[in-house]
Amino acid sequence: MKSVKNIQKITKAMKMVAASKLRAVQGRAENSRGLWQPFTALLGDNPSIDVKKSVVVTLSSDKGLCGGINSTVVKVSRALYKLNAGPEKDVKFVIVGEKAKAIMFRDSKNDISLTVTELNKNPLNYAQVSVLADDILKNVEFDALRIVYNKFHSVVAFLPTVATVLSPEIIEKESEVGGKLGELDSYEIEGGETKGEILQNLAEFQFSCVMFNAVLENACSEMGARMSAMDSSSRNAGEMLDRLTLTYNRTRQASITTELIEIISGASALEAAK
Amino acid sequence: MLRQASRLISRSVTAASSKSVTARAFSTELPSTIDSTFVESWKKVAPNMDPPQTPSSFMKPRPSTASSIPTKLTVNFVLPYASELSGKEVDMVIIPATTGQMGVLPGHVPTIAELKPGIMSVHEGTDIKKYFVSSGFAFLHANSVADIIAVEAVPLENIDASQVQKGLAEFTQKLASASTDLEKAEAQIGVEVHSAMNAALSG
Repeated sequence: MKSVKNIQKITKAMKMVAASKLRAVQGRAENSRGLWQPFTALLGDNPSIDVKKSVVVTLSSDKGLCGGINSTVVKVSRALYKLNAGPEKDVKFVIVGEKAKAIMFRDSKNDISLTVTELNKNPLNYAQVSVLADDILKNVEFDALRIVYNKFHSVVAFLPTVATVLSPEIIEKESEVGGKLGELDSYEIEGGETKGEILQNLAEFQFSCVMFNAVLENACSEMGARMSAMDSSSRNAGEMLDRLTLTYNRTRQASITTELIEIISGASALEAAK
Repeated sequence: MLRQASRLISRSVTAASSKSVTARAFSTELPSTIDSTFVESWKKVAPNMDPPQTPSSFMKPRPSTASSIPTKLTVNFVLPYASELSGKEVDMVIIPATTGQMGVLPGHVPTIAELKPGIMSVHEGTDIKKYFVSSGFAFLHANSVADIIAVEAVPLENIDASQVQKGLAEFTQKLASASTDLEKAEAQIGVEVHSAMNAALSG
């Protein structure tokens, strides 16, 4: 019983910690939501785009005890892999976070090109995320980057989301073909020598902005999920404690009653013998 | 096949954007409009799982291009840590593009401009608000919406002149004593930003 009480204290404490961390990150995540919108307004959102080399960037947490969010992200990544794999098509993973690394290592070890851990050790800021984005861009060849993360909808709802960032070559190809990106051709380019150069900078900037927002949202979702997981486990511990207390009292009373019976029967036996 | 895919994408995305739901953190209903090609192909691979959301379902739909030039420009000025201006209606914006200061009025030709460190000013009637932006991009759309994304921006009032001078001297010295290419590049950037800030304060 003592151990259950201790567990309850620990989970309650973890819930408080997660709640306070959530309050801190939530503000920043909501402020960063405006960051990727101009890019989506300009370049459109093409999750179903068909490209040769896709890279799936899976964002997850380093610590556990946060409910099911990491497994949903991994499931979505695996499904994206199946969606985009095929003859002549290549899908690679970039994994951010210990938890996804542990799960993905088991079956997709050959397809993982880069893993990043301990991202959340220091408070997140844009410079750090842009360095990370730079690393990914340098080391991984891609036509389309699909970033999978948990979007923070509310304290109890986290929606797995996939954001697609296209490489500059694909953007040019798509804008020539027509469709949503066809309007891109009508935009004048200011600065830079060629359209290709600007598109390159644009794609890199877009990636770092989208990553920044995704990482913040994922951190929020992690805190929120941890809060609700810890909340349910402390409630669970409380119920268990109640049940154990009742059983304890009943057993105690039963043993007292047994003792009394023995004494009384012993006494009445002596009486009867006299 | 790619041509087909992009045609399908354009059809489904236009359909999605015309009925997309504004779902912010405070609404209780979940966003429900996604690219239908994606949903279909998802269902084939993972029939038991709900398809993931995509960013377009979280965005407010953009106004379509008006036939006549609107009177006001709608400005969205975003930074990584905040949305400075969001949907603000102004008369004119002057942005520091790499090709020089560029004035943007409603009905401007659609443009993608890369920004260099400099002053951005927002004109609303007689009200002018000046910001020093580090760098970023500006998208000017046909529907008189201007999206300005900067990595860092401060209102001019908050810049300390003495710090700027100190920084300028420091970076000029670093540039002179730089040995590797990386150091030279970093020092060069420092000098450019500080001299731009200097010019902004004095100009």
